[in-house]
Amino acid sequence: MKTYKYKVIAAVILTSLSLVSCNDNDDNQVIDYGPDFSGTYVQKDQMARPAINTVFVASGTPKDNFNMTTPSMMAASYQSVFESRLLALNPGYTTNALGQTAAQFTGLLATDVLNVSKTATTTFFDGTNVLTGRTLADDVIDVELLLIFGGPSGTSNAELTSDHVNANDKAFTLSFPYLASAW
Amino acid sequence: MLTFWDLLFFLKKSYFFENRIETFAVSVVIIIKKTIKMKKTKQYVGLSLFAAVGLFLIAADHADAPAVTGNASDITDVYAFQGQDSNNLVFVVNSQGLLSPSATAMASFNENVLTEINIDNNNDNVEDLVIQAIKRGNKMYFFGPVAPGTAGTSSTIKTSAASGSVDISQYGQAPVIATNNGMKFFAGPRDDPFFFDLNQYKAILAGTATGFNNPGTDTFAGTNVLSTVIEVPKTALGTSSTVNVWVETKQKQ
Repeated sequence: MKTYKYKVIAAVILTSLSLVSCNDNDDNQVIDYGPDFSGTYVQKDQMARPAINTVFVASGTPKDNFNMTTPSMMAASYQSVFESRLLALNPGYTTNALGQTAAQFTGLLATDVLNVSKTATTTFFDGTNVLTGRTLADDVIDVELLLIFGGPSGTSNAELTSDHVNANDKAFTLSFPYLASAW
Repeated sequence: MLTFWDLLFFLKKSYFFENRIETFAVSVVIIIKKTIKMKKTKQYVGLSLFAAVGLFLIAADHADAPAVTGNASDITDVYAFQGQDSNNLVFVVNSQGLLSPSATAMASFNENVLTEINIDNNNDNVEDLVIQAIKRGNKMYFFGPVAPGTAGTSSTIKTSAASGSVDISQYGQAPVIATNNGMKFFAGPRDDPFFFDLNQYKAILAGTATGFNNPGTDTFAGTNVLSTVIEVPKTALGTSSTVNVWVETKQKQ
């Protein structure tokens, strides 16, 4: 009877040892219960200033190509393309309300980044600040139309310098997340 | 070409002036229901739904970049502005434009699409910092601002710089906002803040109009987008007084 007891104890000890060793094996595996963020992600779309690709780049493959061009390479590839497009839209272009020639204006636009101030008012254009950000209420289309069609004093081609849609159809909120609730 | 919007404009003019897209969507649903009654087969329901979705995809075709039009990678607008707390900057990235109210509840972020806000703080137009956002389950996860592994068109997710996560807000519900280390996060449907008489612009380009109307018609009125909104302390973006910002969507390989 005693011998049997010892055998049982020995068996239990051996079993527990083997369980411990199994547990050691488990430690070698990486157990991660969080989401998987592995892998490589390759560019599909890109955007900064509003409507630049829409207005200045030809439909189809050229638009896809623009979306794949890094901003530091854009000016070299796209300034002349944008200038041709600008002069096609407005053959009478001389300078705009910022005093820019066609080459200067399209040189600015061709590098499609949004310049954002960390110290001044952030706005696309508010009459004083130019290209210091983009707020929700900025009438960016009128600014772009004015610079494309308005001439040096902003008064040329009056039928083309505003779309006469001057505000959003729902009020924004003062606090985060700032955008209005969905319709 | 007669587009969805032309059709909608016709409907607005003739029958449904006040109810717009919703009414149109309802009429599509009614057609589907009639089809179900007539045919009583699941196949026809599937085909009708496919046709309805197709109409909305055509509606979102305004950017004409074939690789992204009408899918989760399609960025519609980017905003960057000072927050309610003037120590912070706010970044807004909108995608999947021209969602009708009836299509909004079904619209969702894609787990294979990474949204990356690029921030250049030394004016060479190469990103020095990125903020990344990607959906997993019912949450949006955020990383950065952090230096990217490599600049340019290929990215990995900077898991060592996790900055927070937020439950994706549901259509018709109050927005869910998460706060962590001075940053704020939101992801979900919102009214499209963009406004433009795009249809008249297209008519001008096509030569069928010589100018804009006064008042114009906001093509984006009554439509929604899927928004990702991030507020971040300016101090986390380097010491420069200005930054250059652009946003990319990147597809998992």
